[in-house]
Amino acid sequence: MSKTIPVVEKILSANDELSEVNRSRFDAARVFAMNFMASPGAGKTSVIEQTLKRLGDDLRLGVIEGDIATTIDAERVQEAGAMAVQINTGGNCHLEAYMIRDALSQLSLDELDMLVVENVGNLVCPANFKLGTHKNVLIASVPEGDDKPYKYPGMYRGVDVLILNKTDLLPYIKFNMDYFREGVEILNPGLTTFPVSCHTGEGFDAWIAWLREQAEAMRSQS
Amino acid sequence: MHELPVTQSILDIALRHANEAGATRIKDLYLVIGQLSSIIDDSVQFYWDIISEGTIAEGATLHFQRLNAEMHCAVCDLDYRLQEDQFACPQCGNTHVQLVSGDEFYIESLEVETDETPSSDNA
Ligand SMILES: Nc1nc2c(ncn2[C@@H]2O[C@H](COP(=O)(O)OP(=O)(O)OP(=O)(O)O)[C@@H](O)[C@H]2O)c(=O)[nH]1
Ligand SMILES: [Mg+2]
Ligand SMILES: [Zn+2]
Repeated sequence: MSKTIPVVEKILSANDELSEVNRSRFDAARVFAMNFMASPGAGKTSVIEQTLKRLGDDLRLGVIEGDIATTIDAERVQEAGAMAVQINTGGNCHLEAYMIRDALSQLSLDELDMLVVENVGNLVCPANFKLGTHKNVLIASVPEGDDKPYKYPGMYRGVDVLILNKTDLLPYIKFNMDYFREGVEILNPGLTTFPVSCHTGEGFDAWIAWLREQAEAMRSQS
Repeated sequence: MHELPVTQSILDIALRHANEAGATRIKDLYLVIGQLSSIIDDSVQFYWDIISEGTIAEGATLHFQRLNAEMHCAVCDLDYRLQEDQFACPQCGNTHVQLVSGDEFYIESLEVETDETPSSDNA
């Protein structure tokens, strides 16, 4: 005979569950973990480099670099002083929780205070796959244009922090800040936003202060 | 772009629920997908036909229920649908609006066949 089975289960529940396991590892090691998402070339690696430069020695930052191929980005952040692991997704357009679990076996979380996962450059897919990080950080950049919240609502909706990079280019590019902010505000009311420039260093003080706050809160958790 | 792992998840979940229910064949799958979940029906169906081969889900039909992104304006109480380049309330222009639906991404139900006869009442 034929019958209907009610399911009502989220399609990515397996990934979600694994992300919870990753999260508990970060929590146990008191490592504040972030997932950097952005379109290709928005400046994810540049923001990591600039952050490393400004953090000082008291906060140790580790990096997991997700790329389709190559180890260029891992080498860049290693040069800037981070402990880094490269994941090559072999064509996959986003990272998944199991890839982070595997990468963690090559990192000593106990020696870190913070971890950045640089996701594959892509504004569509990464938002759907939780990694277990504490904060999803979207790095937008001025030359991408002010209409990106409207075109990629899923991404803008799924993040906890927004970095708007390349503000040094504002004088040269048609970018309506009000239009951009309006789209962001509707999708993600009150989203914590840091306008920065990796070239001039503008805006990094606020971002670093926020990072320190997060890492401190993590450390002092009982 | 990530339809393959998504389709794999759909298959895993469907097979698990079907096995628990003692099903011998999965005939239909009902999926609910919000406008903000970027998934292309056709490529899910394409992968489905390949990866469900040889399982009890082979040949099952996928039904996609698409939910629009529905908004509610907290200022003038208007309900409206999210438009491509205009998110603010079309009536009062306010940005104090909430997304009511559009994020969904789940399997609602399965239609399966079991060996049981309608009269049998095994537990
Ligand atoms: N003008 C300007 N250029 C920047 C800024 N930040 C980064 N760039 C440039 O943008 C380009 C891409 O920077 P990356 O940091 O490699 O970007 P990414 O997001 O890591 O790129 P992928 O990992 O390849 O997706 C480089 O040429 C940088 O020099 C900035 O603040 N201003
Ligand atoms: Mg990079
Ligand atoms: Zn209104």
